[in-house]
Amino acid sequence: MTGIDWLILGLYFTFVLGIGVALKGSMKTSTDFFLAGRAIPAWVAGLAFMSANLGAQEVIGMGASGAKYGIATSHFYWIGAIPAMVFVGIFMMPFYYGSRARSVPEYLRLRFDEKTRGLNAISFAIMTIFSSGISMYAIAKLIQTLHVFDGVFQRLGLSSSWIFDFAILISAVVVLVYTFLGGLSSAIYNEVLQFFLIVAGFLPLSYLGLKNVGGWSGLKATLGPSYTHSWAGMSHANTNRLGVEWFGLVMGLGFVLSFGYWCTDFLVVQRAMAAKSMSAARRIPLIGAFPKMLFPFLVILPGLIAIALPTQPGVPPHARVVVSAQPPRRGIIPIKVDATSGQPMLDKDGKPQLDYDLAVPSMLLHYFPPGMLGLGLTALLASFMSGMAGNVTAFNTVWTYDIYQSYIRPGATDAHYLWMGRASTVFGIAFSIAAAYMANRFNNIMDMLQLVFAFVNAPLFATFLLGMFWKRTTGHGAFTGLLAGTAAAAIHHGLTLPAGAVVGIKGGWLAVTHTYPSEMAQNFWTAIYAWSTCFVVTFVVSVMTRAPEESKLVGLVYSLTPKPEEEPLAWYARPASLAIMVLAGTVLLNIIFW
Amino acid sequence: MGIDIRLPLGILFLLLGSTLVVYGTVSDASLYRQSLGINVNLYWGVVLLAFSALMFVLSRRGARAKARAKNIPQSPRSPGH
Repeated sequence: MTGIDWLILGLYFTFVLGIGVALKGSMKTSTDFFLAGRAIPAWVAGLAFMSANLGAQEVIGMGASGAKYGIATSHFYWIGAIPAMVFVGIFMMPFYYGSRARSVPEYLRLRFDEKTRGLNAISFAIMTIFSSGISMYAIAKLIQTLHVFDGVFQRLGLSSSWIFDFAILISAVVVLVYTFLGGLSSAIYNEVLQFFLIVAGFLPLSYLGLKNVGGWSGLKATLGPSYTHSWAGMSHANTNRLGVEWFGLVMGLGFVLSFGYWCTDFLVVQRAMAAKSMSAARRIPLIGAFPKMLFPFLVILPGLIAIALPTQPGVPPHARVVVSAQPPRRGIIPIKVDATSGQPMLDKDGKPQLDYDLAVPSMLLHYFPPGMLGLGLTALLASFMSGMAGNVTAFNTVWTYDIYQSYIRPGATDAHYLWMGRASTVFGIAFSIAAAYMANRFNNIMDMLQLVFAFVNAPLFATFLLGMFWKRTTGHGAFTGLLAGTAAAAIHHGLTLPAGAVVGIKGGWLAVTHTYPSEMAQNFWTAIYAWSTCFVVTFVVSVMTRAPEESKLVGLVYSLTPKPEEEPLAWYARPASLAIMVLAGTVLLNIIFW
Repeated sequence: MGIDIRLPLGILFLLLGSTLVVYGTVSDASLYRQSLGINVNLYWGVVLLAFSALMFVLSRRGARAKARAKNIPQSPRSPGH
């Protein structure tokens, strides 16, 4: 990195911290801190809704998957996000926002009972810590691999082996400062800044890359159909790069995992709960869906281009940042190197593995001169930090309202809970640091996140679906269903193994009864089993237990809630119109990239 | 909510855009061999400045609309109707 790159990076960081300081004064009650005072305009919260999950899994993970699986990665957007975002806005927001619950677990308490809420609150708290740890690990790894701090460390006479630890510390401190000071408002503001920064940093990359390889048709000619079609070959797991057949894809990713994430994960739902009105709350996920629909062109395309470029050793002479001493093996993606031995890592056939996570960073170094390089790297770091901050703000809310206020110290003053919110920001980040060191074991960050989501989130959507749309669902039913669903996920994972994997963290730790063509197929099917088990068990136990009183379910269940009143909005701004537009756009994109 | 987000956005992109434009103008042309001979710093800096200007305009309009809403508190009908 040269001076100009440092200047751009410095500008952004000053800004981020400045926002925290500027918002510090308006944090007077716990509602200000945890729900941004319920005063966020729809378009701001809509961008934040989308950006909150733009963490490590998005920019690095999607670029990596783009290089590994091709344009089929866009299923994570067009199948795996848009329909769920539309569903949560149109059908679920009326209950989330209308119930005035302050968190998703709190909704579960209102709808079901205390134990269901406790279970969800605790599993969610653990999951957010994990996610934020993964984000932190990704920042540190990136900083280490790109040798950002090497020059500084050398000058100070410090050992370069400390760079990973230093990077973890610095990212933790920055996120800590701005969420500690400004709470959810600060996180949302930064998510919006980060959204525009990512577009600013990545749009020129896609443009230059695409121009270089001769446009989309050039890319198609170089890579062949397996990389450039999203649906062709989906009829069987062996005829597409994902190793999944269409049913597993649509049910596992498109239905269970996607709805489980976008409709029940408090990390994203919290952004919509911060809206200033019901109509704004309903439009937030829909507004977020528009940029989400187009993001594959920013984050997946660079990965595809990275693998299509002619293989060439070395990097531009001006860049003092060097990706890897090893010559890249395919395109400009370097070989994965073992951090301790410095030797290339081999797969089970003895062939060197590619480090797909470096696809996007390699692209930045390949195309961007000093100046733009600073902007691109800043965008990358910003995305990590926002992803982390999103998890931290969700964690401190659930911890304070759903665990601390409910079980540890009920009835304290609001000022005390505001204080607790700040304190839990500190220890939430401390736990994330621990999780970051654990995250070092997976080849592709995306696969690991999918695994965690499959265990915790997949059964949850069955609970919400039944709870919101079937008034007979009982608390006992929901609780047993959730436990059974998570157990089913664990058992399925323990009994199956992806092809070519070793028994252990990848599965098969009970016995290997089935082998899936890919890790992704295994994850999707884990989710399908978890969801179905939860659905059936919740249904059966609900029928067997005493029906809940209907008077207590008004505003929480579809059939007992009056339809939300429509604010007088222009036709194009109404939730239903937005939903139709975004769905039509998604169908069109699927057809174009069929 | 304290601040209109469009204001910080405008300021941030004003700073980033002008940094890139200045650097793009003074930097050596050979730098841009890797970006296919395109001076990305200059051109993209100009785009960012345009975005920044748009944010300033929208934030001013938002502030004016807010002030107007405050001056006419909750009138059920417009007067001439």
